[in-house]
Amino acid sequence: MNERYELNKNLAQMLKGGVIMDVTTPEQAKIAEAAGACAVMALERIPADIRAAGGVSRMSDPAMIKGIQDAVSIPVMAKVRIGHFVEAQVLEAIEIDYIDESEVLSPADDVYHIDKTKFKVPFVCGAKDLGEALRRVNEGASMIRTKGEPGTGDIVQAVRHMRMMNSEIRRLVSMSEDELYEAAKQLRVPFDLVKYVHENGRIPVVNFAAGGVATPADAALMMQLGAEGVFVGSGIFKSGNPAKRAAAIVKAVANYTDAKLIAELSENLGEAMVGINEQEIELLMAERGK
Amino acid sequence: MEKCAVLAVQGAFAEHEKSLSRLGCEYIELRQASDMRKSFDRLILPGGESTVMGKLTRELGMFDELKSLITDGMPVFGTCAGLILLAKSVDGGEVHLGTMDISAKRNAYGRQLGSFSAVTKVGDIPDFPMVFIRAPYISELSAPAEILAEWDGKIVAAREKNMLATAFHPELTDDLRIHEMFLKM
Repeated sequence: MNERYELNKNLAQMLKGGVIMDVTTPEQAKIAEAAGACAVMALERIPADIRAAGGVSRMSDPAMIKGIQDAVSIPVMAKVRIGHFVEAQVLEAIEIDYIDESEVLSPADDVYHIDKTKFKVPFVCGAKDLGEALRRVNEGASMIRTKGEPGTGDIVQAVRHMRMMNSEIRRLVSMSEDELYEAAKQLRVPFDLVKYVHENGRIPVVNFAAGGVATPADAALMMQLGAEGVFVGSGIFKSGNPAKRAAAIVKAVANYTDAKLIAELSENLGEAMVGINEQEIELLMAERGK
Repeated sequence: MEKCAVLAVQGAFAEHEKSLSRLGCEYIELRQASDMRKSFDRLILPGGESTVMGKLTRELGMFDELKSLITDGMPVFGTCAGLILLAKSVDGGEVHLGTMDISAKRNAYGRQLGSFSAVTKVGDIPDFPMVFIRAPYISELSAPAEILAEWDGKIVAAREKNMLATAFHPELTDDLRIHEMFLKM
């Protein structure tokens, strides 16, 4: 188990500096791969459409996921509902590369997350603060992403979540050792994980940004705030020119401090996805699974 | 003082930089064409996605220069995706720099469930811990390339003149012996 967990954290390390894109068909997966995605997230409906359609949203059809696995050579991820360990067993059975236990889908359990230590395949989970991130790591997640607010094209929540994690990390780093016990209690996480953050100034797994990234500048913003890579969901295939926008976001992530290059990349990308402001949404997906 | 350049467009480049720092070797990052004007004596092609790195080195204007530096004899070390970038032929993908007389088979051990670790002798180095993540292996090799390590009947590390390639990731371990070997090449 321990060796497997290390290998799973290692795969996340290989994805760093990259862009993981939501795709719904093999054709989109090929466009994403050709644009430079380092992995794809296979799902039936992108978050913006899930939001628009309403109703219960579940794991995708395995046949559809397999179609995408066959179409590309890069890692393929897929989502399961929070707490739905049988959906996770199904995805493990079809040899998915990474499972996203995701608040984008309707939660299957309003108390417990999946015990991810029981699985061989790796899990990525969303978090909006350090406590959530470390609780997911404690359950066996080998990669973390901000929750952001999926399907909105609005970056404000991803920024808020990343800044929250960063400031809580800085707070732990500055504490004296005897203060860490109380911090662990407040964060509702084991002492060992708090001590790890205190000593290393970061969480023990790779941390990506997700939720609301729509432009190259959004992606670079998250990288400058400390994200180690970026998930783009609705932002690409809800835009006017997906291939061009996807390639531009990939290059912006690789050179996230070069404003001149990001300016060039941002030119003539066509229509960005139509966003929804946070005041306008009825369902806050980030509030699912804490 | 020698300087090593690490291709840093995507992947686990920070891990290589950490290994270099521990060995007291200075490094710079290559992210775009202007970085190629910096001075450096060695090159590391890290792990990550070879499709992404191949595309970005081309589109960010580094590809031709990288290729000629290697052809002109600059020591280069490729791990995993970096091995694929160096290979003259690629089973299951595009050829990139194509400077080394090896054939790489991509995702040769399958998906993430096929990732594994093992210990074996690499060249003169005994008991080296190897971490394979969705790894390739070398399906064919021709002179002057030579085998440095095999695992389960497959070639997983090779050397040819100024080029060193491993299908596994020494940068993910605390073991610095392969980086040391590279810095002496």
